[in-house]
Amino acid sequence: MSDTKSTPAPDSAHASPGPTELSRRDFLSEVTMGALGVAGLGGAALTYQYFSPNVLFEPPMTFRAGNPDLYPENSVTFLQDQLVYIVRTAAGFYAVSAVCTHLGCITQWKPEADMIACPCHGSKFQPDGKVIAGPAPRPLPHYSINLAADGELLVNKLEIIKPDQVLNV
Amino acid sequence: MATTFHAALENLRTTRVWKSIFRRGPAITNRTRSVAVFGNLFLHWLPVKVREKSLRVRAAYYLGSLSFLLFLLLVITGVLLMFYYHPAAPNAYRDMKDLRFVVSNGVFLRNMHRIAAHLMVLLVFCHMFHVFYRGGYKPPHEFNWVIGVVLLLITLFLSYTGYLLPWDQLAFWAVTVGTNIVSAMPVIGSKVRFVALGGNIVGENALLRFYVLHVVILPLLAFLLIGVHFWRVQKDGGLTVRSKDDDGKN
Repeated sequence: MSDTKSTPAPDSAHASPGPTELSRRDFLSEVTMGALGVAGLGGAALTYQYFSPNVLFEPPMTFRAGNPDLYPENSVTFLQDQLVYIVRTAAGFYAVSAVCTHLGCITQWKPEADMIACPCHGSKFQPDGKVIAGPAPRPLPHYSINLAADGELLVNKLEIIKPDQVLNV
Repeated sequence: MATTFHAALENLRTTRVWKSIFRRGPAITNRTRSVAVFGNLFLHWLPVKVREKSLRVRAAYYLGSLSFLLFLLLVITGVLLMFYYHPAAPNAYRDMKDLRFVVSNGVFLRNMHRIAAHLMVLLVFCHMFHVFYRGGYKPPHEFNWVIGVVLLLITLFLSYTGYLLPWDQLAFWAVTVGTNIVSAMPVIGSKVRFVALGGNIVGENALLRFYVLHVVILPLLAFLLIGVHFWRVQKDGGLTVRSKDDDGKN
């Protein structure tokens, strides 16, 4: 039982392989290159995962902003640790991000001019976050603000709400 | 005195140790000189013969060589600074202040590192402009031009990563602004920023990442590409780009 007997025409197959036939060497090198490609992609994915931290030691994204009575009507209060403005108008409360939408600098509330200004590149905003002037491409986002069970304000920076949603206390 | 020194040197050349290192006689003929250059790891990328023209100051104003010398100076001063610097949140700023006010000669090393870094960016740009205006990007120098552009980018990345390390207000806001520019990239921008900083804000993770890039990855890459850059200068036919006019005049 040799190979030459079981194969019908070994010589002709060897001499003129069909268009879809691969030599053993080509097959193995293609399999090897394919495997290396898959391993390379997998390695890149694993490396990306490795460089994306799962636990961050950053300020929490939800925080309590204290009792609503702390904020007088028609006031803008800057919370330095959270980088958020708590704004109270006659209609109610809203929380505006203090991080400039241009390049991430921390803006400042200018009560004398009744606006929020960025020191880095001169963007100016209304207290409700709308852009007045400067390179900022978007208004300052409004964060979701609610009352906790004990009556304190609760701000969630992960949830961005529409500017017309105001918390009425 | 001179003759005794010369005799001592001749004597040294006959010792077994000398012969085991250099494996050839004194470089007194053109052939032995070439062999000496070829057989030395630190010299082998140099051309065995250099045209006098290409050594003149006006040939390139030594801009590339000076950039390389500044790179070496930055490696030396940088390694010395590493002995006192911790890439961690409260330490980094204090270590930088210590280097300026407490460590002996620390302010000298730090300023040397800083000023050399600024100068290197300047000189690398001058080098690039000089090569550009002399047509040094034309064949057969195309590939080396591309390597040079990558080296320019590495120089800028080294400057930028080093910018964060003092961990002062300037560093913090420069990197905050810079990484926000990165996040303006379509689709992958915010992900790239997250991975570059190791978080959403410029914090300890970002400091450590920039430190590793600054002291390990980018310098190694620069060393490798500088080696290829120099080697290609020789392989592409020497330093000066000779035009027809040059040949006519000289």
